[in-house]
Amino acid sequence: MNLHEYQGKSILKTFGVAVQESVVIDDVANAVSKAKELTEKTGTEWYVVKAQIHAGGRGKGTIEETGSRGVVLAKGIDKVEEVVKGILGGHLETAQTNGVAKKVNKVMIAEDVYYPGDSEPSEIYMSVLMDRDKGRNVIIYSTEGGMDIETVAEETPELIFKEEVDPRVGLQGFQARKIAFNLGLNGKAFKEMTKFVTALYNSYIGSDASMFEINPVLKTSDDKVIAVDAKVTLDDTALFRHKDYAEMRDKTEEDPAEVEADEAGLNFVKLDGNVGCMVNGAGLAMATMDIIKQSGGNPANFLDVGGTADAARVEKAFDIILKDENVKAILINIFGGIVRCDRVAQGVVDAYKNMGGIPVPIIVRLQGTNAEEAKKLIDESGLDVHSAVLLQEASDLVKKILA
Amino acid sequence: MTALTKCRKLANMSVLVNKDSKVIVQGFTGSEGTFHAGQMIEFGTNVVGGVTPGKGGQTHLDKPVFNTVQEAVDKAAADVSIIFVPPAFAGDAIMEAANAGIKVIICITEGIPVNDMIKAKEYISAYECTLIGPNCPGVITAGEAKVGIMPGFVFEKGSIGIVSKSGTLTYEAADQVVKAGLGITTAIGIGGDPIIGTTTKEAVELLMNDPETKGIVMIGEIGGNLEANAAKWIKENGTKPVVGFIAGETAPAGRTMGHAGAIVGGADDTAQAKKAIMRDCGIHVVDSPAKIGEKMAELL
Repeated sequence: MNLHEYQGKSILKTFGVAVQESVVIDDVANAVSKAKELTEKTGTEWYVVKAQIHAGGRGKGTIEETGSRGVVLAKGIDKVEEVVKGILGGHLETAQTNGVAKKVNKVMIAEDVYYPGDSEPSEIYMSVLMDRDKGRNVIIYSTEGGMDIETVAEETPELIFKEEVDPRVGLQGFQARKIAFNLGLNGKAFKEMTKFVTALYNSYIGSDASMFEINPVLKTSDDKVIAVDAKVTLDDTALFRHKDYAEMRDKTEEDPAEVEADEAGLNFVKLDGNVGCMVNGAGLAMATMDIIKQSGGNPANFLDVGGTADAARVEKAFDIILKDENVKAILINIFGGIVRCDRVAQGVVDAYKNMGGIPVPIIVRLQGTNAEEAKKLIDESGLDVHSAVLLQEASDLVKKILA
Repeated sequence: MTALTKCRKLANMSVLVNKDSKVIVQGFTGSEGTFHAGQMIEFGTNVVGGVTPGKGGQTHLDKPVFNTVQEAVDKAAADVSIIFVPPAFAGDAIMEAANAGIKVIICITEGIPVNDMIKAKEYISAYECTLIGPNCPGVITAGEAKVGIMPGFVFEKGSIGIVSKSGTLTYEAADQVVKAGLGITTAIGIGGDPIIGTTTKEAVELLMNDPETKGIVMIGEIGGNLEANAAKWIKENGTKPVVGFIAGETAPAGRTMGHAGAIVGGADDTAQAKKAIMRDCGIHVVDSPAKIGEKMAELL
């Protein structure tokens, strides 16, 4: 589950990670009063206004309606309202929003942390994530903060460091010191960094996160170390331990069809093709999408209906798939094991009848337990449903229907 | 000798499980455990009992229930365990099995928190055991033992071994292989999670070393580099034809496709990239999952 910056920072803070202080508003009327509260707390006289959407690249992104950037510095309390107006409620498109502008429902007003002082502020990159190869969590960090890390990895890979954590003992003191040394820090900033990275790792474990990306971590001009941005992804499977985090889910950031499918217990991913599909099992579902492509179509979705493909589930799945007007045909591919194919076939027939017909051709491929009975059931139902037993036959049918 | 082959020698098995395996079910009296234990017994698997903490001393499906895995090992000589306990307790169940001396631990449970699996995997590395899964359909040795949730009737005895991350896609492949007249030795469902006990390479190695297996079907999907590692190993050590398929050519980057581990993270873990490496390493890759059986028949 992805979180907004303000949510991620609130979690970090509860674990003692130093973050850039901020307030969050969803109504421009509160902008000035909230900004004043922030000044009382932090003494800041400048304010960074940041759009809260689930995508990076906000600083370079553009608000469609106003032309404003997604992150803007307001140099004074008298500028806050105007800046907020340019962002809040608008639609922000960035390099990471896949060509669709995202509605900005909330903005963060944050303290200015790039103030001048005894030393130059410097930006650091830091992330925590699971290295699949090693089966362990790693901390990735670089002196090249504030930039796109993929670019750094390509151009100057020697500036990216990696620290692997032994799960039995967690992050050790020598590792935190190594990180601070590698980042070229000394004196107060060195100590601050060892504290920061230790707290960051503990919060990663404590919140059951699957990714933290803090870009940048800032060493301020007075040698404090703080998280200026926070991209936090939590492990969905661990949310049962964190009811409070589960409530942070922002459904407006997700595809409405995916939200509906999720509520119905269907594992669904919306795609932009012309052939819908309904499959039991994730691997077979992906393979079915590939078959659609090879048969001359493009998959409109990924859908794993799971082990109980009864009439109610099948009907719900039809309903969700058919909301997409691009869908020209639907391929149902079930390998019956413990699930009996004739039950699924009955589910398809019942759903079809309940819905009073389906406007696109349906191809049903049922294989495994009671496959022959299932084919008979469908063939004799009088419905406009094409049935197949072999996967190759299903593929040929898709080809024929799209032709 | 790797831990895996050592383990196999100790237990004297076909591949991982056989008719002499003494199987216990962790989460025996729950609904999933009950249903699948019944199916396994019906198949002919030597289920010697089960574990449900607090229900020790009872009898379930005519088999003894134990409070702990240790008790099952001590009293029923259990050496294989299949785990159906809910995600919140599954990591603990894996560690308990290893600690009690179980040699082959098969974890079916889907949705175990990643940090629990990191810990469990680290913990069991100190024991001489093999973990299969989690989030997998289990292992079946045709005609001998089914320690999993797959439909047993599909897996007719023959000469082909299967390694797969997916459940139903394994059944699909097995069905095609059987219809092509070849049949199955052992099918190993390694699981679709980002952290699993036995890798594709390790499972392929077991089948390469099995004298009854004449050919191997290797089914993968997007995400991670298990298939690439297996392919490189096959190139150096392979002695049998391998047919490969990777699901998810049409999956968009950055989205999780059902299995927690099925997510394209970079240029190296797309279906296309994996297939290219596999082809370079001499694996017979099919683009259509409908051609797996046909291809294997053609090679043998």
